[in-house]
Amino acid sequence: WGTYWTLPATMSVAGSRLLHLNELLRQSSRTVVGVSSKIISRERYQSKLVVHKVSISCCSSVLQTFDKILIANRGEIACRVMKTCKKMGIKTVAVHSDVDSSAVHVKMADEAVCVGPAPTNKSYLNMDAILEAARQTGAQAVHPGYGFLSENKEFARRLAAHGVTFIGPDTHAIQAMGDKIESKLIAKKAKVNTIPGFDGVVKDAEEAVRIAGEIGYPVMIKASAGGGGKGMRIAWNDEETREGFRFSSQEAASSFGDDRLLIEKFIDNPRHIEIQVLADKHGNALWLNERECSIQRRNQKVVEEAPSTFLDPETRCAMGEQAVSLAKAVQYSSAGTVEFLVDSKKNFYFLEMNTRLQVEHPITECITGLDLVQQMIRVAKGYPLQHRQADIPINGWAIESRVYAEDPYKSFGLPSIGRLSQYQEPVNIPAVRVDSGIQEGSDISIYYDPMISKLVTYGSTRAEALQRMEEALDNYVIRGVTHNIPLLREIITHPRFVSGDISTKFLQEVYPEGFKGHQLSDSERWELLATAVALFVAAQLRSQRFLGNLSDELETCSHVCLPGNSLVCRFLQVDLDGKRVDVSSEWNLASALLPVTVNGTQRTVQCLSRSASGEIDLQYLGTSYKLRVLSKLAAALNKHMPEKVPEDTSSILRSPMPGSVVAVSVKAGDTVAEGQEICVIEAMKMQNSMTAAKTAKVRPYSSALSSL
Amino acid sequence: MAALKVVRSGSRLLNGFQSLLNNPRKVTCGVAATVTKHPRWYCVSHLSVQERIERKRKAALSGGGQQRIEAQHRRGKLTARERVELLLDPDSFVEYDMFVEHRCSDFGMEADHNKYPGDSVVTGQGRINGRLVYVFSQDFTVFGGSLSGAHAQKICKIMDQAMMVGAPVIGLNDSGGARIQEGVESLAGYADIFLRNVMASGVIPQISLIMGPCAGGAVYSPALTDFTFMVKDTSYLFITGPDVVKSVTNEDVTQEELGGAKTHTAVSGVAHKAFENDIDALLNLREFFNFLPLSNKDSAPITECHDPSDRLVPGLDTVVPLETTKAYDMLDIIHGIADEREFFEIMPNYAKNIVVGFARMNGRTVGIVGNQPKVASGCLDINSSVKGARFVRFCDAFNIPIITFVDVPGFLPGTAQEYGGIIRHGAKLLFAFAEATVPKITVITRKAYGGAYDVMSSKHLRGDVNYAWPSAEVAVMGAKGAVQIIFRGKENQAEAEAEYVEKFANPFPAAVRGFVDDIIQPSMTRKRICRDLEVLASKKQANPWKKHANIPL
Repeated sequence: WGTYWTLPATMSVAGSRLLHLNELLRQSSRTVVGVSSKIISRERYQSKLVVHKVSISCCSSVLQTFDKILIANRGEIACRVMKTCKKMGIKTVAVHSDVDSSAVHVKMADEAVCVGPAPTNKSYLNMDAILEAARQTGAQAVHPGYGFLSENKEFARRLAAHGVTFIGPDTHAIQAMGDKIESKLIAKKAKVNTIPGFDGVVKDAEEAVRIAGEIGYPVMIKASAGGGGKGMRIAWNDEETREGFRFSSQEAASSFGDDRLLIEKFIDNPRHIEIQVLADKHGNALWLNERECSIQRRNQKVVEEAPSTFLDPETRCAMGEQAVSLAKAVQYSSAGTVEFLVDSKKNFYFLEMNTRLQVEHPITECITGLDLVQQMIRVAKGYPLQHRQADIPINGWAIESRVYAEDPYKSFGLPSIGRLSQYQEPVNIPAVRVDSGIQEGSDISIYYDPMISKLVTYGSTRAEALQRMEEALDNYVIRGVTHNIPLLREIITHPRFVSGDISTKFLQEVYPEGFKGHQLSDSERWELLATAVALFVAAQLRSQRFLGNLSDELETCSHVCLPGNSLVCRFLQVDLDGKRVDVSSEWNLASALLPVTVNGTQRTVQCLSRSASGEIDLQYLGTSYKLRVLSKLAAALNKHMPEKVPEDTSSILRSPMPGSVVAVSVKAGDTVAEGQEICVIEAMKMQNSMTAAKTAKVRPYSSALSSL
Repeated sequence: MAALKVVRSGSRLLNGFQSLLNNPRKVTCGVAATVTKHPRWYCVSHLSVQERIERKRKAALSGGGQQRIEAQHRRGKLTARERVELLLDPDSFVEYDMFVEHRCSDFGMEADHNKYPGDSVVTGQGRINGRLVYVFSQDFTVFGGSLSGAHAQKICKIMDQAMMVGAPVIGLNDSGGARIQEGVESLAGYADIFLRNVMASGVIPQISLIMGPCAGGAVYSPALTDFTFMVKDTSYLFITGPDVVKSVTNEDVTQEELGGAKTHTAVSGVAHKAFENDIDALLNLREFFNFLPLSNKDSAPITECHDPSDRLVPGLDTVVPLETTKAYDMLDIIHGIADEREFFEIMPNYAKNIVVGFARMNGRTVGIVGNQPKVASGCLDINSSVKGARFVRFCDAFNIPIITFVDVPGFLPGTAQEYGGIIRHGAKLLFAFAEATVPKITVITRKAYGGAYDVMSSKHLRGDVNYAWPSAEVAVMGAKGAVQIIFRGKENQAEAEAEYVEKFANPFPAAVRGFVDDIIQPSMTRKRICRDLEVLASKKQANPWKKHANIPL
């Protein structure tokens, strides 16, 4: 068995399951339970293995690629690339900034080089330092991940000059696709659908009608100098076009002093669907099906899936072929993504091409069984593609949720920072893949992207994948930073999303007032209350159980959960205003996860906090709810307790001790936001950052910085 | 002894009454049995005595009357009996001295309407999560909860019994002060209580919860107890009230500023913690009680624990920042290692550069002391030394193992500290750690500099198990200061500094000398401590015989 464990492509569908089974087997060897599941899983594994051995053996014969690869990135994508490198027997080099020196990607790599201080322009964007690191470690190739230097042609050029392979497309492809106007022209030439429109200036209303007729309704009339929605009109027929022309030109004249107008096809209810392409240096190119990425906020993707519920095989094929022809037009090699807007009638229009590995690539890997990073490395070495278009399947369904350290209640996600005091990924659920670059104790800092992980679930059907996603989100433990799991869980369970009725405007349309968390139905409310009450009672009962009496030696020397008497209270009946609710659970009060069965429904809730005075904070259906449970007596007496108005101490900022001011970060007249640093005090060999507790304006002040 | 015997039999008698009255069926049986034995006596006096008992009991239960109860509620406060009921397990309260009345005959006090059965305090015993506790709860609705001779006597009675059986005493204070009508008798009552507070100190845990005014001499009883908790906005502690302050020092000060919960938990350090309201306070007190042993003969309690003792805490491997000057939160470490991340912090708002409180390790209560690098770099000063010392002594007195987390750059320099007597006060912490004979486990997380290293439960002060994390630096002082002294006036200071760092800014100098027993990976800390506590549970150590030690007060 041991030999096979190293082989499976962790990224394929089967692979992700295998990893899980591997875990299971390791666990089951320790415990007595799970003997039967062990046998079953081995059988299942064996059947999968056959498929795998075939695919792996055919590539292993030509697998000689690089000895050592430097990954010019951080976080989850650096870890992701290293996983494949390890699988392929390639040594890895991590680069990191000084604050990242104990990050996961650094620990995972065979070697690590510090390339500068925390700010990205001094470290992860510092080409000189990264080139030097490559030279110093003797790395033969560099994988740039996404972001940072991944689409920087200068970086690719300089690597080439140093004789280091850039794992990505050639510089001319990066350049061609990097320019919006140029890429559109190339696309047009390669017979890729682009958004139809009239590039010239429209003279009068009648010309506007004529052009609109050519483009096809609906059209958008917009000011040439425009922006921010001013001078913009949507027209669905000739009449509206004339009217729109008049209004828009007036508005444009008054707003911008320039009444020139353009006409463009209006994409109604657009979806963002992208095609993954894979090309080699020998002129071969494949399309690896689509990814539906319509759920976005502020043009950033939140939930992605593959395949799309919307595309039929013909559209998919047409899109794929156009994407491939574009790739061929720029002699593309490596993995790339062609983004399209798709309207409600399945017309699709080229948007742009990303010449790198996309964040959401795992879902494509799940449904095709390919390891994209492995393919990129092979192609970079110069091997031809090993698959034909006919070999590319769509197996099942994969969904990705981007888990961010963000407050979803503020414009669908404002970054938050902090230390992950508790962190547990739901990897014990089958067919779940978590790509992350952090662990318990990691800091989510101000310097980098606040992404915690990419949570991918797979199923043979979309419903199965969604169901697993629900379960995975419920079992995901993140403490210490605000996260967007409430929003993710709401999206994937929303009837519109479940039915596939989505567009890039999904979030604005579904939550016009902003996201407010899960809205409890009556039965959910009962369920939540019953759970909280039962938890309260379980905790109360446990606090009466003292061990260490000489009467029971067994109990004192074991830390095993649930001694016999706990079972007595496993099943609890809650009477809520005459309504009987049955709640049962193991009531393991130390675990971050609390699996409960309420009136026959199984759920995992999380108890975020529990206080002696009965306050219970429960994460239920993704959203956290604050509850207070009191005994009858305490509840009756509670009416006498005075209401308290929280005291406002935010206007005072006092140094915790005498020290010297080493830096003042604001100047008179500045407006400081909550949490913004005002000054730094050094005392006792320690620097303390003094931050504003609320938004305020800085008045003239006097201070003298002490010289160090 | 004779007096005590009387008390005990008396209480037994009361117990009998209590159970009889609580259970009407038993009463009927009792009547039947008695009738056959003493028919005449019973028939004659039965009705009137029984009636009087009922009436007195009813009067006792309604305290100062409905109006005063409502006034108490309007102030956002519960009555003495409501408090007892909330504090104790349901139906567990056994009341003593319900029929005691004050004995004052001056100023018209002897009038019937001025007599309240039970007087201005409710006393008795009951259970908190099944464990015995003695309670007194002052009744503000009766003469403003003022302390009469009878009131004091009732408190003394339960304290005496608590000492004999070995169970803690909880006092719920809500009293206007001495019963002025009684004069010196009231003062004597205070002194009687003080004496018992002192005698009980170190024998049984004593807890005071201030739930209303507590002024004048009365404040010394809470001050003598082990823990003083307060209720925000409704409780005050001061020697003299704002009026007297105004007349003596001409200061204008409100009650809240002078002796409110905030003052005492953040400025004076008189109170150990404050709670939002009566209910919050009482429920928290129940939780707190679970940490305490019943007496000095009892071992630290072990509750059922669901948190595996061998749980690894990966987050701790990155908790100490790489730059030695950067702060971190010691509470992150404490929450990480404690059972279920639960930590009952004592004095969380006072001398925040040291963290003390109770937690559990594998179910067993432990006292935790930690320097807090987040506040004043975790240095030791007067207040933090005193705070730490008192906590360590409590743990030692009541068999609670002490776990110490060390990240201390030294004692705080400056005239304010020297004039305030940092030498004297710092010595208290040193004394407390040195004399403690309970299991002592120490973990050096980062800095352990100078004398402060010695003080913080070092090996030299009989630390049983002393660990260092890889980030530990045990040295006389920081590199910069050391080099300035060693190489005074010489060049190449930077080079020398680097050499010093290489030599001393790591755990090896201490480890090679056996001053730390092992260098451990932070994520293993919980596992190691749980295992050590298991081993040290049978630790026996005694200090030389003495009347008592002479701690530098």
